[in-house]
Amino acid sequence: MTQPATQPAVHTEHQEHPIKLYLVVWGLLFVLSLCSYLVDYVGLHGYLRWSLILLFMILKAGLIVAIFMHMAWERLALIYAIILPPLLVLVFVAMMVSESHYVLLSRMTFFGTGP
Amino acid sequence: MTDVVETETRVSPPRPDGLRGFASDWASDQRTFKNVSWGKAMMWIFLLSDTFVFGCFLLAYMSARMSTTVPWPNPSEVFALNIGGTEVPLILIAIMTFVLISSSGTMAMAVNFGYRRDRRKTALLMLLTALFGATFVGMQAFEWTKLISEGVRPWGNPWGAPQFGSTFFMITGFHGTHVTIGVIFLIIIARKVWRGDFDTEKRGFFTSRKGHYEIVEITGLYWHFVDLVWVFIFAFFYLW
Repeated sequence: MTQPATQPAVHTEHQEHPIKLYLVVWGLLFVLSLCSYLVDYVGLHGYLRWSLILLFMILKAGLIVAIFMHMAWERLALIYAIILPPLLVLVFVAMMVSESHYVLLSRMTFFGTGP
Repeated sequence: MTDVVETETRVSPPRPDGLRGFASDWASDQRTFKNVSWGKAMMWIFLLSDTFVFGCFLLAYMSARMSTTVPWPNPSEVFALNIGGTEVPLILIAIMTFVLISSSGTMAMAVNFGYRRDRRKTALLMLLTALFGATFVGMQAFEWTKLISEGVRPWGNPWGAPQFGSTFFMITGFHGTHVTIGVIFLIIIARKVWRGDFDTEKRGFFTSRKGHYEIVEITGLYWHFVDLVWVFIFAFFYLW
């Protein structure tokens, strides 16, 4: 996710940006969605497919949070408070990946329905 | 006692930026989120908690899919629609994605016009956003109907791993509920904007606090979050 640039420190309670910015981001989101749909339509497989899906997903999420939700113009205190905790979910992911491997192994060992 | 009053009204010195500003903002004995109102901060914190809810759903889905010995149904085929004799993969989901992104765009512009105090445009754009949201829920209802008629149940389906149905209904159902609540929220706020409540700073009937156009941005935060969750569901559930 893009970190905010060096914005001047003084802000009023709200932000005003030109409409053009929103239209550009809107267009970008359309293009990115189309790209991720094309990944499926063209029928890519394996690591290329997964990395492209993740890339487009992260770009879209970043654009929505940074521009549409105005996170790019907030102070670091709020940005870190909101963005950092969800990253801890990745630890949970790692735990569950390991657990899933174990469950799969047990199922194949004891029920004999493995591939 | 007079000292206390004095510090309240004193003009605060300019705040440092970057990491130094982050440290000083979080330092003790002061409010952390300097230029963010309590309403906006609380919406952000609610969204953070909601992130964990959806995160856990997607994690449960990942665990089910990784640990099953039965092949997972291919979403590309499951969600294909027959248009003019050819099977187009995922087409309904793609259209739903575009509808939701469009609604996010109109919402962002509604927030912008709200701060310009353009009552008419704000209300109309919010209603347009709600319309896109309702369209999305309608398409989701169609999708559910189609899958249920094809025999998908929370405990099984004709194509493979039985967990497919339960994760599908749980994740998309919870997301659809969020969209529905968002549509209701949007209509309520759009009505207030249209009536001019925020121009006259009319007090809310429940909180009796003065109304401000900031509530449009707070509604927008919720709405963009719904779109954000869909980005992840689209990537992990439909495309993976």
